[in-house]
Amino acid sequence: MLQEAELSIDDGAQESKNMKFAIKTFCKSGRARVGLLQLTTLGNKEIIEIETPALLLTTRKGLPAFIPPDHLPFLPSPDSRLLHFSPMHFMECPDLKTISKIGGVHRLLGLQGYGFVAVPRDSILSLPECNSSNKNGASFETPCGRFLVKPLEYMKMISSMKPDLWVSLADEVHASVTVKRNKVSVDRTITWLDTCISLKPRDGVLFGSIVGGCNVEERTRCAQEVAKRNVSGYYIGGFGLGDSIDERSTYLHAVTDSLPKEKPRQVCGLGLPEEVLQGIAAGIDLFDSTYIYHLTLEGFALIFPLNNDKCTQDPQLCPMASDYTKINLKATVYRKDTSRIVEGCTCYTCQNHTKAYINHLLNVHEMLAQILLEIHNTHHYLSFFRLIREAITEGKFEEFRQKFIQNRRGHLLAASPITFELESPVR
Amino acid sequence: MALRFEILGRFNRARAARLTLPHFVCETPLFMPVGTQGTIKGLTTNQLEDIGCQIILGNTYHLALRPTSELIDELGGLHKFMNWPRALLTDSGGFQMVSLLHLADITEEGVTFQSPVDGKPMLLTPEESIQIQNRIGADIIMALDDVVKTTITGPRIEEAMYRTLRWIDRCIAAHKRPKEQNLFGIVQGGLDPVLRDICVQGLVERNLPGYAIGGLAGGEDKDSFWRVVAQCTASLPESKPRYVMGVGYPLDIVVCSALGADMYDCVYPTRTARFGTALVPEGVLRLKHQSMADDTRPIDSTCECMVCKNYTRAYLHCLVTKDAMGSQLLSYHNLYYMMQLSRNLHSSIIEGTFPKFVCDFLTKMFPEGNVPEWVCNAMEVAGIDISSCCTPLNTKPNIHASSG
Ligand SMILES: [Zn+2]
Ligand SMILES: [Zn+2]
Repeated sequence: MLQEAELSIDDGAQESKNMKFAIKTFCKSGRARVGLLQLTTLGNKEIIEIETPALLLTTRKGLPAFIPPDHLPFLPSPDSRLLHFSPMHFMECPDLKTISKIGGVHRLLGLQGYGFVAVPRDSILSLPECNSSNKNGASFETPCGRFLVKPLEYMKMISSMKPDLWVSLADEVHASVTVKRNKVSVDRTITWLDTCISLKPRDGVLFGSIVGGCNVEERTRCAQEVAKRNVSGYYIGGFGLGDSIDERSTYLHAVTDSLPKEKPRQVCGLGLPEEVLQGIAAGIDLFDSTYIYHLTLEGFALIFPLNNDKCTQDPQLCPMASDYTKINLKATVYRKDTSRIVEGCTCYTCQNHTKAYINHLLNVHEMLAQILLEIHNTHHYLSFFRLIREAITEGKFEEFRQKFIQNRRGHLLAASPITFELESPVR
Repeated sequence: MALRFEILGRFNRARAARLTLPHFVCETPLFMPVGTQGTIKGLTTNQLEDIGCQIILGNTYHLALRPTSELIDELGGLHKFMNWPRALLTDSGGFQMVSLLHLADITEEGVTFQSPVDGKPMLLTPEESIQIQNRIGADIIMALDDVVKTTITGPRIEEAMYRTLRWIDRCIAAHKRPKEQNLFGIVQGGLDPVLRDICVQGLVERNLPGYAIGGLAGGEDKDSFWRVVAQCTASLPESKPRYVMGVGYPLDIVVCSALGADMYDCVYPTRTARFGTALVPEGVLRLKHQSMADDTRPIDSTCECMVCKNYTRAYLHCLVTKDAMGSQLLSYHNLYYMMQLSRNLHSSIIEGTFPKFVCDFLTKMFPEGNVPEWVCNAMEVAGIDISSCCTPLNTKPNIHASSG
């Protein structure tokens, strides 16, 4: 196991050297903001500058589910250089000693110039299991079973994996828990944060976890407590666990209003474009991309226009195959469609392949379908974030948000009721 | 004829050539990965170019079912459909039917089979196979042959060989795009040297752009296998490419190349990757094995591929057979290995260092000198002295090479 020396207490100076965050533009009438996150990667000391709001690429064991590593450089850069992973993915193997010997996640994954963000929960393979969590640690449901992770063990993982950014262990609970259980989760999350701070490795930037479920008082209490601690940013957990999108803004605002403006904020559990816009409106800076993962598995490709033009899709298109934002390439209308998913898209998929080919790959269950879709969807969603940043910079964020939501609602209503995405498992 | 075949170098029977096809100038000996349904499982076309793939094989039977040859034709051919700028080869579809469908039956007319879509009886004639392949548009198309298992004996073998010869004329007559697509004939005749000889002579008289040696890699013993290859390559014309169908393992490819064969195809490298096995000079490496869990070395420290440059066995161990990325990365390495093997065969033949290459290859695979007897016999016929990497016969048991 780990040497005692590796778990030395940090003085805070190193951390500010590895990450800088500056707000460039505040939205005039709201909480949305554009920032610049400057990160010196622990892999090769390369400085990457990511404009926020930004998307973290979701991974399985540190690599995208399907996009091969040699294709990562073709994605928009530096936008695509932050990778999200859960240390729980490595519960089975390789063991911590081996990861440490290899040199941490950067070397393990052969991606030295990327920023790795460690978050225990990833909403895909590692889900909080609040009924099994206890005062000693948080429980997670993973494909290799259920694990109770104690703060000390978690810190050993962080020390071995050496992520650039990591979030403290949180007790994330389902929206349906009792007031008492929710209060306990806040207490535990703060206690565990203190443990994490006391065991913090020399490198790596800590984001303090904030929970509090669907309770404004608890959300505020947790945010205020975490804000008092020596952390470089914040991770807002406990969303996407049975809470409703309509009430979420209240809780998000309660949190962000209690946090210092100058530090970055990351959220988990917000994936749909509407949810991302909702988070940004509340002042969130970093999001994960589980939405893309689910779209890709279902054969969907994102198509919403990335300029201010109206959506240019074929009006004859059957509503089953499309809404305003995405198309299902499994649909037979694409059998002979030699056009690109999005004309003019510069992603590898659109530069090289037609809808007809991807439709065929989906029909015959070939893995290349998911590879090509994940490439396009990631590329497209990263562009969506760029568009949002531009709107905030130009002072038009609220307008952008309303227009986007109206367009999509309109199409969702026009479409057959069973295609309602907000109620479907695609989230 | 839509190809040019120029021999650039020889070592006894082995040859290194430049094969100019409508879509690509290839270097032989070469290995063709199998892209059954218009894709090599889990790899993008630019990765295949990076790896050095020259020709991809498509399966006519599968493509005719989905997306159908009519659709491929309508959309401009398979090259365009899958966006593969280099060469393609399609098989006749007959072999797939016989091997995949229980109810396939061969008559003089063609292969009858039950449609996997609606169960109705269907018939694939030589004419139809060629017509479908003309629509798909590969650089090389294969004649429909009467396929029999190599392990079968008796009059059926003779019948199949003569039928294959009768069908070749129907294939030639049906071939509508001889200026854009090369029709290869397939030598049948089982393990019978007399039948093989009759078939070779019959096909050579038709002056086809290239010839394939069929009916092998079907479970026959290795000694019979190489003898058929040696016999066919000896009597096929020097100036035409020779393709050994369904082969194979790296060792088989080295042996067949020494005997004068030029082209190979096999699902093995990609299939075995999906089961967590990597090809290495020593044989195979089973990444699922527990010993890989803390092994921080690459799959093969001598391999220059993207996977070996970046990933440890320990990391791949936790991916294989569980995550899509595991088979993607292992397929990449395995195909890279096959392409590197092809390049090494080509350059060592040209540089006159072929025997050294063969000896080095065998030494790595059989470090104890226990080179299988069939390899020794084949190499003797090929005129390659491998005595330096063999222990004298009968002193060591014949253990199969494997490092995991
Ligand atoms: Zn695209
Ligand atoms: Zn390799």
